[in-house]
Amino acid sequence: MTTMTDPPQESFRLSMLLNDTRYRSYTFQFIALLALVMAIAYLMSNMFANLRDQGLSLSWAFLGEPAGYDINQRLIEYTSQSTHWRATVVGVLNTLLVAFLACVSATVLGVIAGVLRLSNNWLVSKLMSAYVEAFRNVPVLIWIIIIFTIMTAVMPAPRAFRGDEPDATMLLGLFAFTNRGVYVPAPILGNPLFGSAAMGWLLILLGLVGSFFGAKALGAWASAKQELTGVRPTTWYFTLAIWFVPLIVLLTIMGLSWDIPALRGFNFGGGLTIRGSLIALWFALAIYTGAFIAENVRAGIQAINKGQSEAAASLGLRPGRIMNLVILPQALRVIIPPLISQYLNITKNSSLAIAVGYMDITGTLGGITLNQTGRAIECVLLLMLFYLTISLLISAVMNVYNTSVKLKER
Amino acid sequence: MSDTHAQTVAYVRDTQLPPSPPPASEVGLVGWLRANLFNGVWGTVLTLLSLYAIYSILASSLPWIFNGVWTTKSLAECREVLDGVRGGCFSVLTERVHQLLYGFKYPAAEYWRPNLALILLFVAALPVLIYTLPRKLLIITALYPFVAFWLIWGGTILTPLLALVGFVAGYFVFQKFSTSSFAAGFFGAVIVAIVVWTIGGWLIPDNANANAMLRYVPSRDLGGFMLNMMLGVTCVSLSIPLGIVLALGRQSDMPIIKWICVVFIEFVRGVPLITLLFVASVMLAFFFPPNSTVDLFLRVVIMITMFSAAYIAEVIRGGLAALPRGQYEAADSLGLDYPQAMRLIILPQALKISIPGIVNVAVGLFKDTTLVSVISMFDLVGMIRGPILSAQEWNGVYWELLGFASLLFFVVCYGISQYSQWLERQLATDHR
Repeated sequence: MTTMTDPPQESFRLSMLLNDTRYRSYTFQFIALLALVMAIAYLMSNMFANLRDQGLSLSWAFLGEPAGYDINQRLIEYTSQSTHWRATVVGVLNTLLVAFLACVSATVLGVIAGVLRLSNNWLVSKLMSAYVEAFRNVPVLIWIIIIFTIMTAVMPAPRAFRGDEPDATMLLGLFAFTNRGVYVPAPILGNPLFGSAAMGWLLILLGLVGSFFGAKALGAWASAKQELTGVRPTTWYFTLAIWFVPLIVLLTIMGLSWDIPALRGFNFGGGLTIRGSLIALWFALAIYTGAFIAENVRAGIQAINKGQSEAAASLGLRPGRIMNLVILPQALRVIIPPLISQYLNITKNSSLAIAVGYMDITGTLGGITLNQTGRAIECVLLLMLFYLTISLLISAVMNVYNTSVKLKER
Repeated sequence: MSDTHAQTVAYVRDTQLPPSPPPASEVGLVGWLRANLFNGVWGTVLTLLSLYAIYSILASSLPWIFNGVWTTKSLAECREVLDGVRGGCFSVLTERVHQLLYGFKYPAAEYWRPNLALILLFVAALPVLIYTLPRKLLIITALYPFVAFWLIWGGTILTPLLALVGFVAGYFVFQKFSTSSFAAGFFGAVIVAIVVWTIGGWLIPDNANANAMLRYVPSRDLGGFMLNMMLGVTCVSLSIPLGIVLALGRQSDMPIIKWICVVFIEFVRGVPLITLLFVASVMLAFFFPPNSTVDLFLRVVIMITMFSAAYIAEVIRGGLAALPRGQYEAADSLGLDYPQAMRLIILPQALKISIPGIVNVAVGLFKDTTLVSVISMFDLVGMIRGPILSAQEWNGVYWELLGFASLLFFVVCYGISQYSQWLERQLATDHR
């Protein structure tokens, strides 16, 4: 009988670092790490040498100095005496504002276009294909410039609204479209409950959130009832009441009134001003990204096996319910991940604001602040940090969503 | 009885009736219209709405196009010719076509050079685009970058020649050593190429550009649509190999290499291209050795290449992940080492799956080259917004110029995406 013996223990030799697959990866990683460290050290030493030559040093003190420039579209108090940091915050809020507006409108537009593209109506589906192809194949920067040009070169000047027979009139007497921006009525709380108007708006927001959960609870109750009895109670007027009664009560208590824009002197006064640059960026991002979202929606709906809708139809469901109960819940699993990355794209593309002078963070921190202070390295780093944070947050949301809708296989 | 019934029946038809034709409303033009345009109330409403949308678009754009003026010297003159009639001033395109295509500083006598480079681009791209052509033709593609560099920048022919010699030397070293070890071949090739370039760099005299056969054109004189094309083509072709390396690195078992690639990819994908272009225009200069000047074009190419490489890496990673595990195991069981397995088995399949994604990135990148206008390079958009619209003669001609720019980009991008769909159909090996 023979017995298996272990092969003689091989002692470690230096050549095994190159020839033995067990150790070779350590060699490669060591070389890669060394190269990386050396490259960074080289770049850093260059940077410090360059900074020394120009008599500069890295410092964040400039953020506390007065900015000295105006921002005409802002969500919080800001004057030209405010600090660069304040200007940055204004920019951050403006970025978030335009990104939010564009995300909502792009989703609406994209879903409509995507569904219509699959429509049986030949003309409509061809028209939607034309929309998608036209907008996907032309740079978003050109669309931004085109809409900005419409807002500034085609819209009438405020003085066209003057006189007894003006060249331009306000829409319904409430909205004024001028080349300086769009003036819309502003809601004013005459009697906010907790002192400041901001608190009043916060209260209304809380009320809306409460209504949302109330409506959801009502829906759950109706579903439970349906499970028990097979008949779904009619709830739509309760839902309407849950949404609108608290809102109307709150607004009446706080004395809502509207500040309607009117021509004062050479320009419009009162109301809210939406600058042409904001509208250009918002609309361009919305219709450009809408074309991409339309493709995602179409792909998502087409990804659902035809057997699913046939099975649903054989159960006796009507087409509307087939869409709502069978197709959409499955299609959403395919649609939502690319949809979220489109939102990310909108946020990143909103940095093109600098081309039309909308003061988002690229316009304030990366534009005027950088040029005034000359702190290129600090400004660009801060800018990147901001966008990186947003992207990481959005991808975190996406991961949570993906895990939550993952097919639970048994 | 089973036959009782048969005997009581007096008459049985023994030939089949011919099928009657479908109702007139279900066939032909009427049937098509009913099925596709007037399908129910909702369908009819949609059709009418679309017809109205198409009508209003055509009613405003067709007269503008057909009444267009093509031969005036300024906007004022053009308005005089039009005399209140609605029409476009396309004369800005005919008068400024060279600025739009080549920028405003490229010497007029040398326009044939970028034109020739563009024609050669198609010739060089053919062996890559149409994969049934003989593989030997790829040599033309490999020679193209050097020829194009010489044509567009001009100056001494020694520079592109030296670059070419370096690559050829590296290639021969790689051929010689890669049979024994891929790593030895690869690093040997890199070292030999660098040695050749360094020695050659000493040999080229400093004033070689002064009286060269082709007049030297500095990068800052490049502009117009030519600049968009150059950035697009250069950055896409550079970023595909870099993207492959990054994707393989991200898939690697070696934690350090994997994390370097992950951090790079996620960082670049997390920031907008504009911030990277800011880096190129204001920050990158700090990282080069003091007193060295690196041309803005090169800095922009570096940053855009990094940007698109990160996206391409993610696309290729998707392709790698989509391959069945069996392909990797099969390669291992044949005794292939990592570079062989990748080159011969994994990458050809993974890249094929990734083609649509890579084309998407390429189209997106080509559109994004317009962003360089923000850091004051005069590409097509930069030319329109800068020198042309601010010129006194043409101040106010927006739609003709922007329409021209959109049309150029549309033609190129739509063409690329149609090509990719064709290629996808050609390469489909799943027999459906």
